[in-house]
Amino acid sequence: MAEAATSQVWRERGRTAAITAGSIVLALLAGAVLMVVSDPDVITQYAYLFTAPALPLGATWAKVSNAYGALLLGAIGSPNALAETAWQAAPLICAGLGVGLGFRAGLFNIGAQGQAIWGSIAAAYLGFTLHLPPVIHVIVAVIGGLIAGAIWGGIVGFLKARTGAHEVIVTIMLNYVALQALSWLLSTPAFLRPGRVDPIAPVIAETAAFPILFRQLNVGFFVALAAAGAVWWLLDRSTLGFAIRAVGANPAAAGTAGMNVPNVTIITMALSGLLCGLAGVQYALGPGADLVATPLSIGLVGTVGFDAITVALLGRSKPLGTVFAGLLFGGLHAGGLAMQSIAQTPLTLSTVLQALIVLFVAAPALVGALLPKVKAPATTSLVGGEA
Amino acid sequence: MKKSLIGSGLVAAMLLAGCATPPPAATSTPAASGAQSNFLACMVSDEGGFDDKSFNETSYKGLKDAEKQLGIKVDELQSKTVADYAGNVQKMVERKCNIIVTVGFALGDATAASAKANPDVDYAIVDYSYKEPEKNVKGLTFNTAEPSFLAGYLAASLSKTGVVGTYGGANYPTVTIFMDGYAQGVAHYNKQKGASVKVVGWDRASKTGSFIPGNQFSDVAGGKQLATNLVAQGADVILPVAGPASEGGLQVAAESQGKVSSLWVDSDGFLSMPKYAAVIPSSVGKGMDAAVLEAIKESKEKTFTNKAYVGTLANGGAYLAPFHDWDSKVSAETKSEIEQMKKDIEAGTLKVEA
Repeated sequence: MAEAATSQVWRERGRTAAITAGSIVLALLAGAVLMVVSDPDVITQYAYLFTAPALPLGATWAKVSNAYGALLLGAIGSPNALAETAWQAAPLICAGLGVGLGFRAGLFNIGAQGQAIWGSIAAAYLGFTLHLPPVIHVIVAVIGGLIAGAIWGGIVGFLKARTGAHEVIVTIMLNYVALQALSWLLSTPAFLRPGRVDPIAPVIAETAAFPILFRQLNVGFFVALAAAGAVWWLLDRSTLGFAIRAVGANPAAAGTAGMNVPNVTIITMALSGLLCGLAGVQYALGPGADLVATPLSIGLVGTVGFDAITVALLGRSKPLGTVFAGLLFGGLHAGGLAMQSIAQTPLTLSTVLQALIVLFVAAPALVGALLPKVKAPATTSLVGGEA
Repeated sequence: MKKSLIGSGLVAAMLLAGCATPPPAATSTPAASGAQSNFLACMVSDEGGFDDKSFNETSYKGLKDAEKQLGIKVDELQSKTVADYAGNVQKMVERKCNIIVTVGFALGDATAASAKANPDVDYAIVDYSYKEPEKNVKGLTFNTAEPSFLAGYLAASLSKTGVVGTYGGANYPTVTIFMDGYAQGVAHYNKQKGASVKVVGWDRASKTGSFIPGNQFSDVAGGKQLATNLVAQGADVILPVAGPASEGGLQVAAESQGKVSSLWVDSDGFLSMPKYAAVIPSSVGKGMDAAVLEAIKESKEKTFTNKAYVGTLANGGAYLAPFHDWDSKVSAETKSEIEQMKKDIEAGTLKVEA
């Protein structure tokens, strides 16, 4: 009996992995079609498909292989590319873990963006105002960012637990508040770089930056991996993690079993915000391509909060899955920049690929229908939440 | 069943579409016309991208103009996030660009750092200039307060309600410089004519005004809301300074049945927004394309310096566009006064504070 159950679990896992791989393949195929359709030089060749098939097919092959070759080269083709992928992946992993943790407790944290913004504000501020010895300074800045993110997430948990306010609405609204707060802060003397009128903060002190290991690869990436390890321990080995998963599976049953559901909600949202804050810290303290951390400005964290939702979905809200999903999307971004530069393919294509991958992952039956031999798993829950 | 239907449909479509006879095989790759230079000019956008209908797009036009007029090669990279800037500038260095043009103040740090590390490459940056630039960096800035002053004077002369309005995409210096000039132009009109035309949407003293919250420059509906608010406060001429979101002002004007008109900024709106040509009395032009072209030309001809370029009325880098369809509605008196003020500003006898 137990053996049959185990093999059943493994079959399900295999199917899930096959769906994910199939989704990536289908997304790349769809991306290739988009490339061909959007390039007038290639699509016009299709008028000769039956009279001279070599023309359109050759042009298509040249276009697609060139673009995906550049994508691969830019993502994993050289040590530098690998370093850039790791650098791009670090914040995605952190925020993906945060959103995923919320999913496991049945909470949809759409506020990763705002939490990351606050994380970046606090880390950058501590980075450029304080003067501390090397190791201590970076630790202080990181902790500041974590606390800021945790507070911003905790507010949501508190409102949900105490007043029943829906976390989706509250987090979306708090995203706006965070962005406008950053915008306002950057107009105050405390944040504005001396001598500048445009909204940009001073460069952080070197002591506050994540130490560089190789090119763009810095300590931040390993901080992200450590965070993934910590989340795994929390969810799979700790009592709190058990409570989080129980509340996610069935809050009423968890309450009846004696768990304090409101407290679990508050703590989960605070931890989720803390991880998203860490994503903001990565942007504020992680040296970029010019080996200097990017100074705080309006768009510093980009769209990490929304990308994090796709990372968490693709990673099935599991820490290891989130790390792989973050690396995949980090690679797509790093490769997308290279694809733009080497193969003159618009940067939007890598964004479209990301979206398509998640779209296919979210519709496993579609992938199963399109690809032979790939079967959709029996349970199609994306956000986890099972105890 | 369904699948096979779709499939046969596709096949039929391809059979119909795919039967053209190919042209005779090209004997050689299309040769570049004229003496193609090996000079490579490159551009890196900010996170808005080259299709932002705003300063990235106008700067990009300058790069494309340079490609045509100077017979050079060009290359461009878009940035998705602020964190991409340094990497994209670095990629352009690796592609051996002769000049790298970056767009927007946010790229200021990355551009300066790259310029310092690569003294053999020329750099130009749109909408920003350095106090102490590296030898190979040229800032390209625009004193748009000057033509905005003229636009403010024009707006005041056109207003029947005695109230004119303005709104911005965000409280950035490159935005408020328009609003500052506009307000001064209105004040000048009041002084000259003993009038009391009011400006709503921008207060010079407190540096506050109406700005679009949230998505700022891309939020057309937000722009429309602000324009509607200004009209509710009595304004009948509006100056929107919000990139694509400026269209909201034009929409309000178009729906007002001739009661409200809206100016346009950055380019000549009569040409770039033809749908709304009837409600645009004039535009405040910002010649970013011309400045980019000029910087590339200087770099190619080895006359490049780090002296910042400032577009003004005098050098045509900032201008008040023609009245086009509104020519008959602007009084001859106002026209001659604007001509005179333009001369005075160019000569420095009439001061516009930027």
